[in-house]
Amino acid sequence: MSEMDDMDEGSGIIKKFMFLNRKAPHGTVYALEGLEVVLITAAFDQDVSMVFTDDGVYQLIKGVDTKGIEVKDFSKTYRALDGYDIEKLYVDQKSMDARGLTEEDLIVDVTVLSVDEMANLMAEQDVVISF
Amino acid sequence: MPMVEIAGKEVEVDEEGYLVDLSQWNEDIAKYMAVEEKVEMTDGHWEVVNFLREYYAEYQIAPAVRVLTKAIGKKLGPDKGNNKYLYELFPYGPAKQACKIAGLPKPTGCI
Amino acid sequence: MLHIVNKSATDRGSLESCLAMATKGSAVLLIEDAVYAVTKGGAAAAKIQAAAADLKIYALGPDLAARGMSGRVLDGVNVVDYGGFVDLVAEHKSCQSWL
Repeated sequence: MSEMDDMDEGSGIIKKFMFLNRKAPHGTVYALEGLEVVLITAAFDQDVSMVFTDDGVYQLIKGVDTKGIEVKDFSKTYRALDGYDIEKLYVDQKSMDARGLTEEDLIVDVTVLSVDEMANLMAEQDVVISF
Repeated sequence: MPMVEIAGKEVEVDEEGYLVDLSQWNEDIAKYMAVEEKVEMTDGHWEVVNFLREYYAEYQIAPAVRVLTKAIGKKLGPDKGNNKYLYELFPYGPAKQACKIAGLPKPTGCI
Repeated sequence: MLHIVNKSATDRGSLESCLAMATKGSAVLLIEDAVYAVTKGGAAAAKIQAAAADLKIYALGPDLAARGMSGRVLDGVNVVDYGGFVDLVAEHKSCQSWL
């Protein structure tokens, strides 16, 4: 990845990027693809927020065992985000409640936001990318 | 995908020579990949390769070089957690070359 | 008849359509993202429990495990493995997949 690290010298403009995750893992490829895009974006030193809402909150569940369906357990990868300096992880309170989930069920530390707080966060972004 | 014979065992590699099934990895494969990459393995090389395998087991990805450098600095000290040291060991890129030797996929976002 | 649902009930309407059409005594097998419907505290839990009075509800174990949901399965839901999946298909005269 050295090639990409050299590129972040480029413009020096830092934009606010929000990655909005609304899909459950495994059933579709959105969750994994979104995570890979976030890891790539991290090389460009942008202001990145990751938001998990609707079925997207299921991406962060701990205690996953994917051996039976023979796919990679990428829930572990969310724990690497800190090392990529991606520290702003938000989950939607309403989506958690609707699924009977609490922060203790999640594999990483997150900030839980109300719908209004989430709406404000989204409104202040330069770029929102949805998966 | 191409098959190569390493220490009497058939293993599958992708078009760039990366191991396809990382559970097949062993030291013979690492040594074979190192020869391909023209890297002479020393203790310092093995240390990075083993570090990468542990990182992959924990996070299921191969780290970007910036992340690797920082993580190695944390674990093995600042004299090893810097670009100069890692590029001396792996001149064509620690992420690319060390990952290949460690039997991992190419780091995400690597062109 | 065996009904098979593979979409999350909180994302699509396929489970609801299935439950509306499944006649008494039918079997409903939830696979892939549909397995979230049989978890405790979930939005579809009440619907599943109501449906379980007239229908046999099954969920695929490997899909529950892959989603960290093995420990949250509602009472009255039968968890099956791939072998059980095959048995269900073989036991029933017809299958309907709610894609």
